[in-house]
Amino acid sequence: MNVDWFIVLSALLFATGAIGILIRRSPMVILLCLELMLNAGNLALVAFSRMVGNGQGQVFAVIVMVVAACEVVVGLGLIVAIFRRRLPLNVDDLRELRG
Amino acid sequence: MEEVLFFVSALGALGGAVGVIAMRNPFYSVLALIVHLFSLAALFLLLTSAFVAAAQVVVYAGAVMVLYVFVVAYVGEGGEPAWEPIPGQRFLAPLLGIALFVELSIAVLSSSLLALGTQGPDVPAGFGDPAAIGRLLLEKFLIPFEASSILLLLAAVGAIVLASNRREGVGDPSERFAEEEGSTPKAPAVPRPFDEVPSEEGSPTPSPGGLA
Amino acid sequence: MSVSSWGWLVLLFPLLGSLTIALGFRVLPAKAAGIIGTVAIGLAFACGIGALLSLLGDDPEARHHASSLWDYASVAGLDIKLGIFVDPLSVFMVLVVTGVSTLIHLYSYGYMQSDEGYHRFFSYLNFFVFSMLLLVLAGNFVLLIVGWAFVGFASYALISFWYRRETATRAGMKAFVINVVGDIGLVLAAFLIFRELGSFDYGTVFERAPEVFATNEWTITAICLLLLVGAFAKSAQLPLHTWLPDAMEGPTPVSSLIHAATMVTAGVYLIARTHTLFVLAPTAADIAAFVGLATLLVAGTIALVMTDLKRAIAYSTMSQIGYMIMGVSIGAYSAGMFHLMTHAFFKALLFMAAGSIIAAMANEQNIDKMSGFGRAMRFTSITMVCGGLALAAFPGTSGFFSKDEILAYATARGGMYEIFTVLGYFGALLTAIYTFRLIFRVLPGKPCPEAQELIDTGHVHHAHPFNPATGEEEDTEVGFPGAEHHIAEQSWPMRAAMGVLAFLALFAGVIQIPGLDEVVTHFLDPVFADSPLAEIVPSTGADWLGLGIGGVISLAGIAIAYWLYRVNPGAPRVLEERLRPVHTFLFNKWYFDEAIELLVVRPALAIGRFANRVFERFVVDGLVSGTRDTVRGAGGVVRAVQNGFVRSYALLLVAGFAGLALYFLLSSS
Repeated sequence: MNVDWFIVLSALLFATGAIGILIRRSPMVILLCLELMLNAGNLALVAFSRMVGNGQGQVFAVIVMVVAACEVVVGLGLIVAIFRRRLPLNVDDLRELRG
Repeated sequence: MEEVLFFVSALGALGGAVGVIAMRNPFYSVLALIVHLFSLAALFLLLTSAFVAAAQVVVYAGAVMVLYVFVVAYVGEGGEPAWEPIPGQRFLAPLLGIALFVELSIAVLSSSLLALGTQGPDVPAGFGDPAAIGRLLLEKFLIPFEASSILLLLAAVGAIVLASNRREGVGDPSERFAEEEGSTPKAPAVPRPFDEVPSEEGSPTPSPGGLA
Repeated sequence: MSVSSWGWLVLLFPLLGSLTIALGFRVLPAKAAGIIGTVAIGLAFACGIGALLSLLGDDPEARHHASSLWDYASVAGLDIKLGIFVDPLSVFMVLVVTGVSTLIHLYSYGYMQSDEGYHRFFSYLNFFVFSMLLLVLAGNFVLLIVGWAFVGFASYALISFWYRRETATRAGMKAFVINVVGDIGLVLAAFLIFRELGSFDYGTVFERAPEVFATNEWTITAICLLLLVGAFAKSAQLPLHTWLPDAMEGPTPVSSLIHAATMVTAGVYLIARTHTLFVLAPTAADIAAFVGLATLLVAGTIALVMTDLKRAIAYSTMSQIGYMIMGVSIGAYSAGMFHLMTHAFFKALLFMAAGSIIAAMANEQNIDKMSGFGRAMRFTSITMVCGGLALAAFPGTSGFFSKDEILAYATARGGMYEIFTVLGYFGALLTAIYTFRLIFRVLPGKPCPEAQELIDTGHVHHAHPFNPATGEEEDTEVGFPGAEHHIAEQSWPMRAAMGVLAFLALFAGVIQIPGLDEVVTHFLDPVFADSPLAEIVPSTGADWLGLGIGGVISLAGIAIAYWLYRVNPGAPRVLEERLRPVHTFLFNKWYFDEAIELLVVRPALAIGRFANRVFERFVVDGLVSGTRDTVRGAGGVVRAVQNGFVRSYALLLVAGFAGLALYFLLSSS
């Protein structure tokens, strides 16, 4: 298997995640799309690690997973907090931070 | 054999991805993501990264997704239209996404990375094993390792703080929403109670202010 | 004590007096303020005498002392000291100024008694004397300019003394603005002097000037012309004279001190002091002389038809100063200065008498309404006649000796300068006529109602307080004249002052009798010794001839006035009817005010309006608001990006990333 297939796949997944963020309205789903993008990045990392021949890319991927986990935790905590306060879970309505 | 496995996993990954962004019910999106994650694990295996694949399944699909499932069950959303673009963004979003894909591909493929067209060098037997990863983590990447543990701690504390039961009544923004209706509003079906311009009430899309 | 110490003391006492009264006006009773003021100037006069005596103890050649307190500015080639210069000329001026000022302070002690601003008056008056002395004693051009400016301020403060009167404040502003025009000339002259001669100090400047300049070079002519601008503004010569008649809005002691005796003579002093420069620029000196002559005649003709008593005397002042300027410009230095001295005496006296009469008329100043005060106010009329005789140069009075000596000198200089003599005598004729016009209108005859009231009851007429210029009613609070009016007959300080001045006006001529003693000339000789013009000395015979002609003319003038106003009272009206255009022209003061309004004031206002409407609004404001609007617009555009939608932010992110990647792809391929 040539490495470039994996890379192209990773790019495709990344673009899909990006489109998802731009399209969806629910913060839950947006977070999921973020996961998509992160994983696409992971795939690319591991592919490059295989291409180069040392394990550094894989270590990087593991750290990225840790970071993704933390981010998910905080993001979901936000969503829970929003839900608790009975605000609409809709990024278009949550827009008080504006000029 | 490898190609078959690759294509199956790739299809699974892509299908899961498309499912995440296309499903209406967020629960289904979560399930689609789980499928996607499993496919990715298979792809990692194809790249002889056993540890990463295992971590993917255990940590990501196991722990993170379970968390997602919990929250989706708690929040209980459902039945929203799949695509509600901001006016003016209807075409730009997919367009930009495709542009992104194209550019990334071109960038990678036309680069001077000669090894891209190959399968990669022959790797020693223990490549991608937990032992190899562990050695790297504890020798070369010790500091990122420790830093990420601090990050985890912070995230845990932050989650507790965010989701804790605060005392109601002190600047609770939900009261503002309760004003308009006089009853407890439900989260997703609230028809824009905090639009400043009253004439906007009832219109499903927010007032134009969105750029691009 | 050395001469310089006397000089510093002369400056110190009026300043102290002014400050004491100013700072202590709440605690000092009114009379104390008056006494402090008068005594301060009296002490200054005593120190002036001291300086005189010390100076006389010096060798005539060495009678100039410069002394400085400290260095005011010593940087970059500038060396300005706070220094005074005591020599016969300055001591002469000091004595005249302090002497007449003491008497006027004494007069004001009685005259201003019921005015609410009594303390303010004496403080200002003392400050004025201090500034005038500073001007006269200054040892360098910078201090001269300082004194000049202070005097201008004091004049403004005193003209607008009754500051709630609109006419008074307007007159004060007019005086100040015209004086500032003069100040500009003086300052520019000082700059040029510094540039050419490298110093501001009198001694250095007058030493170097003949070495640096050839005669009639344009620089020295320019310097002298600029000095003349200053002198003319301060001394109310054409065309900067329009402020002086309006300055009569001030209280009478102010008119008498500032606008007769002292401030307006500052220009004369200036020309006398800088005579070295004028000798090097004869053109400028001639211009000055002609301006003086012109003023003399113009003012004389106007005074013939003026009906306001104080304004008529003001025009007379203008005319006499024209004589003085003419005198010091053509080289009759000591004659000009002597005329300055005698003029101070009799003009101050005339103003004092006029003040007394106006007080009896309860602030009415129109002579058409006055008559018969000869019987009602004997002392005032006698002193007024003394002053009038001196002004008309009646033989034997001080004015006789001073004025006609100038004209005799002009004859002695010969050539073109004979014009001055001829026209000067014509002016003397006019002087005699208008002076005795006033006297014969006001003093003899059937008493007017106010005079009758004075004769019958001994009370001064008391009318509703009103502004004599506009007739509108006023208050008697601060900023207006007081409720009571004081006449000489009822106030001993006024009588004392007027008596001394009357004596001096009549008999001060004895110190300058040609051929006998020429005290003033000898005293001032060392100062003017370096001028070639001082060597032209009319022979005693020529002097007496000139005096004789002057005497005849004076008597003729008095006779004409007598005929016009006593013997044949209908004649003036007939003349007026026959020469109506001339009369209107003269009555409107040769339309100088209107000309200045047209030529200067209106364009200035138009420029101001243009600046406001066009330049300010479009250019300046346009720049400022334009910048503001641009920034705000740009900000508005950028603000539209911050619409609060997370997805649009994300879109921007992605779009940015895509664009960046595109750029790098294109640039690397």
